Amino acid sequence: MLIRKPADIRPSEITSKSNYVNRRSFIKAGLAAGGGLIASPGLSAVLPREPRAKLDDISPSPFSTDETPTSYEDITTYNNFYEFGTGKDDPHRNARDFEPWPWTLEVEGHADKTGAFHLEDFVKPYALEERIYRMRCVEAWSMVIPWVGIPLADVIKTLQPTSKAKYVAFRTLHDPKRMPGQRRRVLDWPYREGLTIAEAMHPLTILAVGVYDEVMPNQNGAPIRLVVPWKYGFKGIKSIVGIRFTERMPRTSWNMSAPHEYGFYANVNPNVDHPRWSQARERRIGSGLFASRQPTLMFNGYAEQVASLYEGLDLVRNY
Amino acid sequence: MTTIQRVRYIGKPLVFAVCLVPAFLVVGDLFGITGTLGANPVEEILDRFGNWGLRFMMIALAVTPLRVLTGYNWIGGFRRMLGLFAAFYVFMHFLVWLVLDQGIYLPGILEDIVERPFITIGMIALLLLGAMAATSTAGMRRRLGRQWQRLHYGAYVAAILGVWHYWWQVKADILEPAIYAAILALLLGFRLWKKLTRRSLPMRRSAVPAAQTGS
Repeated sequence: MLIRKPADIRPSEITSKSNYVNRRSFIKAGLAAGGGLIASPGLSAVLPREPRAKLDDISPSPFSTDETPTSYEDITTYNNFYEFGTGKDDPHRNARDFEPWPWTLEVEGHADKTGAFHLEDFVKPYALEERIYRMRCVEAWSMVIPWVGIPLADVIKTLQPTSKAKYVAFRTLHDPKRMPGQRRRVLDWPYREGLTIAEAMHPLTILAVGVYDEVMPNQNGAPIRLVVPWKYGFKGIKSIVGIRFTERMPRTSWNMSAPHEYGFYANVNPNVDHPRWSQARERRIGSGLFASRQPTLMFNGYAEQVASLYEGLDLVRNY
Repeated sequence: MTTIQRVRYIGKPLVFAVCLVPAFLVVGDLFGITGTLGANPVEEILDRFGNWGLRFMMIALAVTPLRVLTGYNWIGGFRRMLGLFAAFYVFMHFLVWLVLDQGIYLPGILEDIVERPFITIGMIALLLLGAMAATSTAGMRRRLGRQWQRLHYGAYVAAILGVWHYWWQVKADILEPAIYAAILALLLGFRLWKKLTRRSLPMRRSAVPAAQTGS
């Protein structure tokens, strides 16, 4: 297990709270001085509305893994999205006619920039990046997925949360007419997820709007979803319509459904088993009928980047 | 042709062939002839064999109620074959888990059997079905006498454990295991009701003697 040593002096020890809280104005001032880098047209995220439309101006990322990505076919026909059915081939069949557009995102809670946003306007200020991440499902299977998205940290900086914002809560669309899986109360709809503000600000955390250089397929969480690669897949909430900055830890859907099985943190951890199955090894989708399971890595292989977020936290208790 | 002969020479071969269809479909899908096994073929094969094991347990347990309710005693002639198919599919489910899913990785397998209750009860059901399959011949039935009947009441236990095993490993959507549980409750409830109303089940041997049907 890789746990990074703490730096001798923590940033919080040398940065006054007011400077920290007002870091956005600092960053904005810096950006203005830098000649409006973000405003340059080549870097603005444009989301076409047609299914399978190509996304333009995607830059690569040093955070991407060089592992071979899982096929588009497997990524888009095998996943959990209970809003479209509980079978893993249900989402791609039942989400076929889902029409996401127009899409409105509501920002609420402890932030300066709250309100309802058209998704196109919401993502326009940011640059699209390709992030090829490992995805580890709590059910002990895994994939490598070339997401296209924007760093959540950039979005949060724009929204200017106040010092009371300790957590970020997300909410999926609740519309049983369009999401047939919601007609049965398998989970307490709408689907809810959440992160600590530090997790949300982590550079690995993204809001994904595409896969394989194309717009997000309906079955994978169109038009916008969360991707947190060091956590189990269910933390990656799909088809997001609400973002709320909260002071208290928000309730999350799987935790509400089975609190002793799914915690708030849900960090990938081979040493902490699910009560009903082992998390030590995983089946990589697409590896074939006779491939053996491969060992699961601490924090899904992202320990070097994220272990410091959890220093002093008992990961067995806080599963 | 007598009813006994029709069951033996036409009915049984026909039912036998039909019961093998799910297994052939797995092979056909594996080679992409009849369909596909999807993105996670190991899980798909595992689930299919497990599901068919449960279904055949239900079908085998439906034989006696059906025979009593319809009065067609020849139906009883299929009971053993259907029970053996239940054991076959459950055994295939176990083999796929052991070889393809676990890769015969012993530490993982032993840990699962000991520490995961749903796997423990699955193993108990498998052992029960194995013991019943091994003693299913007419010769074993004769040799075991009263013990045979006692052992083969294990069919009820295996079915309960099988449904429980399924129920215990789903994440949130219990619809399918609940359907199996409802069917099993009906099948076992029928027997309980018959027992309580003291109307003994008509002896199937009187209509279809074991020696003649080979059962």
